Amino acid sequence: MMSTTVVEVENLSFRYDKRLKENILSNISMTVDQGEWLAVIGPNGSGKSTLAQLLVGLIEADSGKIRIKNTVMDDTSKWKVRRHIGIVFQNPENQFIGTTVQDDVAFSLENLNMPYDEMKFRVDQALDLVGMSSLRHHDPSQLSGGQKQRVAIAGILALKPSILVLDEALVMLDPKSRRELLTVLQNLKRKENISILSITHDMNEAALADRIILLESGKVKNCGTSEQLFVAEPDLEPPFPELLRRELLKRNRNIPNEYMTEEEMVNWLCKSRLTV
Amino acid sequence: MAMQISFDSVTADYQIGPIRSPRVLDSIDLLLPAGSFTAVIGHTGSGKSSLLKAMNGLIIPYDGKVTIGQTTIKAGKNKKALRAIRQKVGMVFQFPESQLFAETVEKDICFGPLNFGVSLVEAKSIARVVLKQVGLEPSILSKSPLSLSGGQKRRVAIAGILAMQPDILVLDEPGAGLDPIGKREILQMITAWHKEKKLTTVIVTHDMDDVALYADDVVVMEHGQVVKHDKVRSFFTDVNQLNEWHVDVPQARSLQLQIEQETGIKLPGVCLTLPELADALIEVGIV
Repeated sequence: MMSTTVVEVENLSFRYDKRLKENILSNISMTVDQGEWLAVIGPNGSGKSTLAQLLVGLIEADSGKIRIKNTVMDDTSKWKVRRHIGIVFQNPENQFIGTTVQDDVAFSLENLNMPYDEMKFRVDQALDLVGMSSLRHHDPSQLSGGQKQRVAIAGILALKPSILVLDEALVMLDPKSRRELLTVLQNLKRKENISILSITHDMNEAALADRIILLESGKVKNCGTSEQLFVAEPDLEPPFPELLRRELLKRNRNIPNEYMTEEEMVNWLCKSRLTV
Repeated sequence: MAMQISFDSVTADYQIGPIRSPRVLDSIDLLLPAGSFTAVIGHTGSGKSSLLKAMNGLIIPYDGKVTIGQTTIKAGKNKKALRAIRQKVGMVFQFPESQLFAETVEKDICFGPLNFGVSLVEAKSIARVVLKQVGLEPSILSKSPLSLSGGQKRRVAIAGILAMQPDILVLDEPGAGLDPIGKREILQMITAWHKEKKLTTVIVTHDMDDVALYADDVVVMEHGQVVKHDKVRSFFTDVNQLNEWHVDVPQARSLQLQIEQETGIKLPGVCLTLPELADALIEVGIV
């Protein structure tokens, strides 16, 4: 099957303070394919969130182009584009509107004048996916940090975007809820073929992605599979099994000098055990 | 001076007018000794943040009492006690940078001390000291806090709490949203103050590696109750029990368990960190 590019970014540059010379983002080019999971990583202040806001048209680039599903993003097209691309922010507190969880999830659907039955179906489905059905009548502002994040994610899932941008949207979740939601998202990606662009500091989460982009000081420093990236960028802290491999190598142990996933590490240890 | 925190069958909820929420804290008995470093864990909505708020008098128990050092908070009027407690207990909320408000970093940090009656000159000198403690340069004092990066804002917000020179430091997910390096720096700083100033420290975290690396004790919350209070190493020993509470294990422990299962070799001890796991693998001779 030929993959289709759904997000195309060309030489994107942006700065908040137009008086300054220094860009927050300079000459960013990247693509996301349909059904692809792309992780965006990089230190605080490297421009990750700015990129996310540009992608959904919350701010406008100084130069360069963004094409979402073949539509060039500009002031007039952004409303149409947002039918395809949705974003979840790190701090959902700032975006609650409804007085109950279900009203909040339904808000964006009401704005689309969706028929009641369809709306109800989608709200039920979205709340179910994030495990918040039992709290649907609660006031979102009284929920815990992680529950709020789930509601915000449900709000976007109800819209069924074909591209989902997550700006550290899982950061407040406990590890189990995070894994559950990651599985939900992976299933959505597989079944509905949606594309996910996830900004994260969690290298284990990034390692799940099809591709990783590393931003540094507003530029694309590197891009590739997790293996390529963690080998090429020694300053980047790799997932734990690879850390262990490097630690063992440092202690002059007889372990292969190539990148290892958890599975590869455990398999290698099993084999090594048999030869002892 | 370090102070102990004690909860005596504390029950509390959020009350807005006549509407009562379900019990967010349900008959909690807990003693955190002076000078201890405790991590509070549990899944979202289990009452972790509420437990922290009760330590600072932001939630008043309607049954039972919270005692901080010599001061007690219980149902009813607590004006004097609250003032005393808020001076002793420094509280850092989730995403504390959202509470920065002053025009300059200096004014923001001085706000707390000034409110507790410290002179302006003294408050300014405190600001310089704490800014250094959070690893920022004095040149930042005259800047607007809103112009700083996320990691810098977090540090300024924490500096504002340190400026009140608390005996107890209570932090709700201090590392959330920071890059791995920034997060490690913040947590190492907290550990250093904890030792140096002999504080009683409580952090809420979802990251079991934080628990393993920095805390001495761990408290598990579930449905507003404390279901476990234990030393960190013994806590991560019984994995079946942890599964029941939906608690993860640190990455080293998780890999250890998987290696043990696949190779059939039991590694010595409970490995909580990378060096410990490497040591154990070498000791049994599979590498």
